[in-house]
Amino acid sequence: MSTEARQPPAQIALKIRRILGGKAGWNGIAVQFVFAAILGWIGYEIVSNARANLENQHIAAGFGFLRNNAGFDVNQTLISYTGSDTFLRVFVVGLLNTVVVSVVGIVFATLIGFIVALCRLSPNWLLSRIGELYVEVIRNLPLLFQILFWYLAVLAALPNPRQSISLFGLAFVSNRGLVVPRPVGESGFEAFLAVLGFGIVAALALRYHARRALFQRGHMIRIWPYVLGLLIGLPLVTMLVFGLPVTFELPQLKGFNFAGGSRIIPEFVALTLALSTYTAAFIAEIVRAGILSVHSGQMEAGASLGLSRGTTLRLIVVPQAMRVIVPPLTNQYLNLTKNSSLAVAIGYPDLVSVFAGTSLSQTGQAIEIIAMTMGVYLLISLLTSAAMSIYGWRISRSLGA
Amino acid sequence: MKRVTLALTLALAAGLTTQAADAQTLKTVKDRGMLSCGVSQGLPGFSSPDDKGNWTGIDVDICRAIAATIFNDPTKVKFVPTSAKDRFTALQSGEIDVLSRNTTWTISRDTSLGANFTGVTYYDGQGFLVKKSLKVNSALELNSASVCVQTGTTTEQNLADYFKANNMKYEVIAFGTNDETVKAYEAGRCDVFTTDQSGLYANRLKLANPGDHMVLPEIISKEPLGPMVRHGDDQWFDIVKWTLFAMVTAEELGVTSKNVDEKAKIENPELKRVLGNDGNFGEQLGLTKDWVIRIVKAVGNYGEVFDRNVGAGSPLGIARGLNNLWNKGGLQYAPPIR
Repeated sequence: MSTEARQPPAQIALKIRRILGGKAGWNGIAVQFVFAAILGWIGYEIVSNARANLENQHIAAGFGFLRNNAGFDVNQTLISYTGSDTFLRVFVVGLLNTVVVSVVGIVFATLIGFIVALCRLSPNWLLSRIGELYVEVIRNLPLLFQILFWYLAVLAALPNPRQSISLFGLAFVSNRGLVVPRPVGESGFEAFLAVLGFGIVAALALRYHARRALFQRGHMIRIWPYVLGLLIGLPLVTMLVFGLPVTFELPQLKGFNFAGGSRIIPEFVALTLALSTYTAAFIAEIVRAGILSVHSGQMEAGASLGLSRGTTLRLIVVPQAMRVIVPPLTNQYLNLTKNSSLAVAIGYPDLVSVFAGTSLSQTGQAIEIIAMTMGVYLLISLLTSAAMSIYGWRISRSLGA
Repeated sequence: MKRVTLALTLALAAGLTTQAADAQTLKTVKDRGMLSCGVSQGLPGFSSPDDKGNWTGIDVDICRAIAATIFNDPTKVKFVPTSAKDRFTALQSGEIDVLSRNTTWTISRDTSLGANFTGVTYYDGQGFLVKKSLKVNSALELNSASVCVQTGTTTEQNLADYFKANNMKYEVIAFGTNDETVKAYEAGRCDVFTTDQSGLYANRLKLANPGDHMVLPEIISKEPLGPMVRHGDDQWFDIVKWTLFAMVTAEELGVTSKNVDEKAKIENPELKRVLGNDGNFGEQLGLTKDWVIRIVKAVGNYGEVFDRNVGAGSPLGIARGLNNLWNKGGLQYAPPIR
């Protein structure tokens, strides 16, 4: 006769007690509830008291202002916006401008940072000195100063629109920014997009298949001719069938500025340049520290397998270094996002400039607007750090640590 | 950063104080021994510091006049430079007692900020500054231009209204401070710089070659500039309001900083009332009988202040125009002191 081991009885109450009260037990839980209640009461008192006082002083309060007309214009909008839209729309416009400059900045900062770090670690004397010079100069100058430098120095060097530098008559560079032809979708556009999407998915699937074959069975499969066919050949065929997917609207000089075409404003360029080069200096040091933290035997092992220096770095050293790199790298991404609020100094219409700046002084509702703005930065930062945590967790898992 | 601090101060002040409005501004100022006055970060003629840190300008003289009438000493003022964006929060949070900073009187500012305008120190209007090389003679020729403007001003909204009303396209680039705006205009980022016309003349002096730039004739808005005080302290409101009226009245009566002592001896019923030899108007304000004499001795009458800072006696050389006395074709008018 066999008896199954009896499950211990579920001790839900005990579990709750341990989680909430720690060693203090039920008393601890009670104290915590009382403490939380007091905190909540104080918070409620502060908010209601503030509301009453603001009302007594005839300072408008509440979020009703978000539905009012803004009545001012913004020079870079990712969604359609005119002066007769609401403050809520201004908020979204500013938010998107902040997000776009942060994302572009992060991408460039990471690229430059990795390149500079690899330069510093390079056995080539000149390259490593250049990398060192870059880091020491850039990270020791205040960021605001660098933003102003890029903005005023670059602007001063560029001609006015009437004398703008023409790039083959298609794009124009002037102190109003870079004007490029604007793509306009034609009838074949949807089909082209669909085919391109299919090509990318199919190419990825092929790559996955080839990697499995290599790692599991040791077969090398040559896939690049198929990938080329999928990504370039197929769309070309579609174009022949459906006609050109897009035509381009060329910019033309009219009056003071260019009409037609898309424009990248110089404020955006200056801010992105300053943010990414500045943050890259810090990222370079983080990457260098991460790579140096990998035992030098790993490099030697790669060399003794006959791998080139680049391949060893890519396949062996960097993946191990990433574990050390990711947490401080997250800090730098967050810093870059927050530093983008310096945009107001050069007139880039980010969230702080158009919402916590212009909207605030048009409505005078400082508490609500500053609270919303702080909330947004908190949210962006938390999202960034969550994404990086997931990435870090995946690296740790794949390294079996 | 300062804006965040100010907003937090305001939130804390609003959240933690139990008394609704601080009705004790005069007492607070007297106890402190110093008037705290919000001014601009540097606009020649209105409020700007010289190389030794001494502030001058019309708005500055209003502060000095208030300090003079309270302490009989025009130097007892702490000047707090505020940006266009921070100014109202600084007033609301109690960091400053009076905001004297080329601020346009509008209904929304008068009703929703918990503050009141006390009068008009300067009647202004918005204009445009362009490079002469653009060969533009009217604001109506500015279609598709790029315009530099300081953020957080009525200017920004007037600009949108004007271009919309005239069916013209434009690009706006908004900067945090006046100096950044002027610098970008000078660097060629925009074709046009717009602000109140007095400000255009003042800022033109800062450019490398003022002669290369011209102010267009159009005035596109009404910009009555004046001081502001917090809601809920009527005595303080009266003091600031009547300080300006006293300066205008002094000009009307021909009382200047030089002849005020002689005028005080003249047996003229109106002069006796104004200069404190008859009645106790100063005391009713919470001040002293010689309140007007103190003001005029310290900064002079309105005309003197205007000439010294923005008028004929200054580098700006702006004509009196709308800012002349009511009986000389202008708008400056003070209710009677009686």
